[in-house]
Amino acid sequence: MLSIFFDIGSTFTKAVAIDLNRDEIIGKAKSPSTVNEDVRIGIKKVLDDIYAQTGLKIDDFELKKASSSAAGGLKIVAVGLVPDLTAEAAKKAALGAGGKVLKTYSFELTESDIQEIESLKPDIIILAGGTDGGNRYYPLVNAKRLAKTSLSVPVIFAGNKDIRDEVKKIFEEEKKEIHITENVMPEYNVLNIKPVQEIIREIFLKRIIYAKGLDKAQSIIGQFVMPTPLAVLKSLEVFAKKYGESILIDIGGATTDVCSVSEGSPKKPGVVLKGLPEPFVKRTVEGDLGVRVSALFLLESIGKNSLEKFFNNVDHIEEKIKFLSENTSYLPQNDEDLYLDYVLSYFAAKIAVERHVGFLEVIYSPLGVIYFQHGKDLTEVKNVLATGGPLINNPYRKEILKACIYSKEDPFILKPKEPSFYLDKEYILYAVGLLSEFMEDRALNLLERYLLGVEANYEYKK
Amino acid sequence: MGNKTIVLGVIGADVHAVGLRVLDYALSSAGFDVVNIGVLSSQEDFIKAAIESGAKAILVSSLYGHAELDCRGFKEKLIEAGLDDILLYIGGNLGIGQKNWEEVEKRFKELGFHRVYPPKTMPDEVIRDLKKDLGLE
Repeated sequence: MLSIFFDIGSTFTKAVAIDLNRDEIIGKAKSPSTVNEDVRIGIKKVLDDIYAQTGLKIDDFELKKASSSAAGGLKIVAVGLVPDLTAEAAKKAALGAGGKVLKTYSFELTESDIQEIESLKPDIIILAGGTDGGNRYYPLVNAKRLAKTSLSVPVIFAGNKDIRDEVKKIFEEEKKEIHITENVMPEYNVLNIKPVQEIIREIFLKRIIYAKGLDKAQSIIGQFVMPTPLAVLKSLEVFAKKYGESILIDIGGATTDVCSVSEGSPKKPGVVLKGLPEPFVKRTVEGDLGVRVSALFLLESIGKNSLEKFFNNVDHIEEKIKFLSENTSYLPQNDEDLYLDYVLSYFAAKIAVERHVGFLEVIYSPLGVIYFQHGKDLTEVKNVLATGGPLINNPYRKEILKACIYSKEDPFILKPKEPSFYLDKEYILYAVGLLSEFMEDRALNLLERYLLGVEANYEYKK
Repeated sequence: MGNKTIVLGVIGADVHAVGLRVLDYALSSAGFDVVNIGVLSSQEDFIKAAIESGAKAILVSSLYGHAELDCRGFKEKLIEAGLDDILLYIGGNLGIGQKNWEEVEKRFKELGFHRVYPPKTMPDEVIRDLKKDLGLE
């Protein structure tokens, strides 16, 4: 069977044509996205290119699916009550659904918070707060404020079930779109994010596609079935099902994403788990860690001192980083450029993975030493899938990937100790994710052929 | 849940879990909605759980003798978090030695606890007090 998959991104429109009978990529194309004028212009260019490579027209493909992260991705604002309880749960739900969390709010929304939300222009707002039967005051006040904003975006209520009807009424009276679902935290420290995620996807399909002008493309390239980050996440799930607990790192120009499919439970005796439980499939997005658009923020996180280990003239390097942040489509021209991209990617990966994985806190108690584990222990995870242009195309990629490995210098940061790395050289993870919902076995075959089989894979053993 | 919600936990670096389970069982059986946050809980853990669950009382358990240190500043933090009116109980082995119970009780009342229970208190007594204080009788 012939299939073709599209990813309408913020910068590029991409397509990959796959012959599913032979599990083989038969064509690939990429062209700048044209979402602001007419998304079909970019798609047409891509299709012409595919035709040139394969002699196939769009109607020759039996299976056509698309994902999108166009027009800034699926922008979500999360509102909860206590910062590290319901607010964090709402944020986790949004990220796991492939969303981009613009900001998280807790306690009572103030006038200035509301103004900020209006200026952020999210695609979806998640309103949580209170366990079932718990706090009513905050989620109700916040519902009233959110219903009165100038925005007309869908709001998902995933808070205290006792006030569902009231919340529904509040929004309906203001003629605002409201979706009611199960509480993200029905009981103290119990995470329940799937129902919210299903609604997010539903809204994406029914509404966001139209709001972003992508619907015009659907008659040509088939249905948009999910946001691109969710498609990539699904490819990792397919991989992990067969090969065990796995991590994915995606280094980009604007953000660096890390996903893990793992329980992350304590690996040593005497370790006590603290804080909100982590979802088995967890995604984090670092908006300040990217090697182009967010290069200046990345520089801030790295710090000048750390750069001095890599460069003689740090001032010159700072100038170059500034240049990169302003010329976001700049591709490395020489070894100096590649080296700088390596250093930036290395730190983006290091900081992003360190924020994703859990850490141990040492407590000296009258009863001896106790360890608190916050987040996931990923020290025993064996597989790391790696994707993203800055990484895949850089000859120093082996060095970049070392950033993902556990270090004795930071013994309490729970990164994988002996992982094997698999490179997404063909950039097919999104296509694998899209395919996985229809033909999981074929999706796995593609991963095995194009990720497991490439010579660029490394194993690090101590 | 509602006006019968209470937060229960062991404070500080204390890992004694048995008494907590007994209390959880007894209080739940008596009709309370128990949010049991477990052992090794910090003041902040109690406060966060109380806010989200809309609890009417916090019951602190401590066996290892360092409760006074663990509970300093707790009441102030509760006020700061807007939980001025929440009922605050504590029980267990509250001071090493505990020779003079009146003295121990006085200290914990000064720390903002409404009721302070010595070792060997039976859950029934706590349940009776709780019902009375919450106006559930």
